[in-house]
Amino acid sequence: MILRIEGLCKTYPGGVKALDGVSLDIRAGENLGLVGESGCGKTTLARAIMGLVAPDKGTVIFHGHPGRREFCRQVRMVFQDPFSSLDPRYSVRAILNEALRLEPRMTTGEGLTRMRRVLDLVRMPRDILSRYPHEFSGGERQRLAIARALMTEPSLLILDEAVSSLDVLVQKDIVLMLEDLQQRLRMTYFFISHNLRVVRRLSRKIAVMTGGRIVEYADRDEVFNRPSHPYTRALIQAAFNYEVAP
Amino acid sequence: MSEMQLAWQRFARDRVAFIALGVLGLLYALTLFADVIAPYALRDESRLHTYCPPTALHFFAADGSFSGPYVRGVAMHYDKYRRRSYDETRDIYPVKFFARGESYQFLGLMRMDRHLFTVDEPGRIYLLGADSRGRDIFSRVLHGARVSLTIGLLGVLISFGIGLLVGGIAGYFGGPVDNVLMRLCEMVMMVPGFYLLLALRAAVPDSLNSLQIYAAITIILSFIGWAGLARVIRGMCLSLKERDYVLAARTMGLGDMEIIVRHILPHTISYSLAAVTLAVPGYILGESALSLIGLGIQDPYASWGNMLSEAMSIVRLQFAPWILWPAFFIGITVMCFNLVGDAWRDAWDPLLKGRGEGA
Repeated sequence: MILRIEGLCKTYPGGVKALDGVSLDIRAGENLGLVGESGCGKTTLARAIMGLVAPDKGTVIFHGHPGRREFCRQVRMVFQDPFSSLDPRYSVRAILNEALRLEPRMTTGEGLTRMRRVLDLVRMPRDILSRYPHEFSGGERQRLAIARALMTEPSLLILDEAVSSLDVLVQKDIVLMLEDLQQRLRMTYFFISHNLRVVRRLSRKIAVMTGGRIVEYADRDEVFNRPSHPYTRALIQAAFNYEVAP
Repeated sequence: MSEMQLAWQRFARDRVAFIALGVLGLLYALTLFADVIAPYALRDESRLHTYCPPTALHFFAADGSFSGPYVRGVAMHYDKYRRRSYDETRDIYPVKFFARGESYQFLGLMRMDRHLFTVDEPGRIYLLGADSRGRDIFSRVLHGARVSLTIGLLGVLISFGIGLLVGGIAGYFGGPVDNVLMRLCEMVMMVPGFYLLLALRAAVPDSLNSLQIYAAITIILSFIGWAGLARVIRGMCLSLKERDYVLAARTMGLGDMEIIVRHILPHTISYSLAAVTLAVPGYILGESALSLIGLGIQDPYASWGNMLSEAMSIVRLQFAPWILWPAFFIGITVMCFNLVGDAWRDAWDPLLKGRGEGA
């Protein structure tokens, strides 16, 4: 078990219940996919885990109860929109460097080595360190965002709709890259998406969320073959088959 | 290439603004070298040349041959209405370049006594005429520029420092912090600027030396300007703090102030730079207004504002219109700052639209 979420609740001002008693376990090496429609609370859940949203109730427990700094090192997040997750005013070097502040003190040379390594991992050329985010395409930016997340060698990577805004070919490349990275780096993914095909490919377990609640939480094949909740059935049908059964 | 460089390229394409920037650069350079360029020192006066009109530069000797620039002496007499009137005499004083004159401290580093141009006594060279005490207006415009041009920049820097910080903190933290800071801003904005200026000036004792008065006026001016900027910056921060890169920075363990300074305020720089440039004229005019009514820089020290106080009498203006020259320089400076500020804002705008950045 690397992350345990217990009874998270969050109600936004205005009465929207984004999280309504969410409990989930993420085991090491067992990728968890979270699906659900827009506005069902997926992003709020990811942000609550990262401490960006203060939950009204509930706890997030990380394996070994580390301090905030170590938690930030171990759990990294990749955001949905590659155009806004990289600060346009900073060069690639500065962006990657910022992640290093969580690491024990490093010399410039060591930092540079680390940067080159993660750029290799996300299959970006090494000579882009002095370039700026606006010089890259959406797919390349998302690779950079992943590179930034990898800088601290995390054990859990939260990918919040990380490939949703990319076109299908780029999506495929990044998904393949993520699979490859997992084998090399022994990370666990918490993969949030509304794209069932991508989730099926990357996840071992799947949770289905609607209206701030987890309505289904089981092994991947179980969910796809024998969905227990009508909402799951509707999702699967919508994703893989547009014909509505008579 | 960074966004700043892209914006600069667009700015450079605007000819008028580019020229205006050049003019400003020239004015500030003149300020820096005022001691060298001005033929006379700040306190230099000649009571025999009260309201002497601008001196004519001659280039040809009486026989028509080229002789290099020279000026003629002047003789004052009263006309039948007891008004001063000046006639050129036959005395010739050649203009000397880099000749010795009154000594001064060059850039505060070393003593020098060379002036760009000057004429031997008792000849006087008044490029822009003389004032009531026979002081050279050209020299005093240069000396006064030191006060008038720097007070605007300094004041604007201080007040925008405060404005950025207050706005950034209010917008980023929100809630009660925001509430308190914004009400404070409104209290400052509520009072009409010029009267606040007068009230604050009244609170400062009169028995200060010129440097203290200068500092006092700078601080007073900057106390007025920060509130407006703080409000706008706060509004921008409200949207900027929701950006993913701010959230990402938070997950990387950056402190709140670090995030404000590194990831939020730099994104307001487009607006602030334009706002700063457009605000400088207000400070220059504020100093001029204070000095004009005698509350700012005091005689014998020069500022464009206090030089104009002589021009408040219509009779003097009628017979010595050249005492209005400082107004010309104020006008040019204010116009240039406005042109540059406008163009800079325009240079940023397409970028902002293209990226959907809040501004």
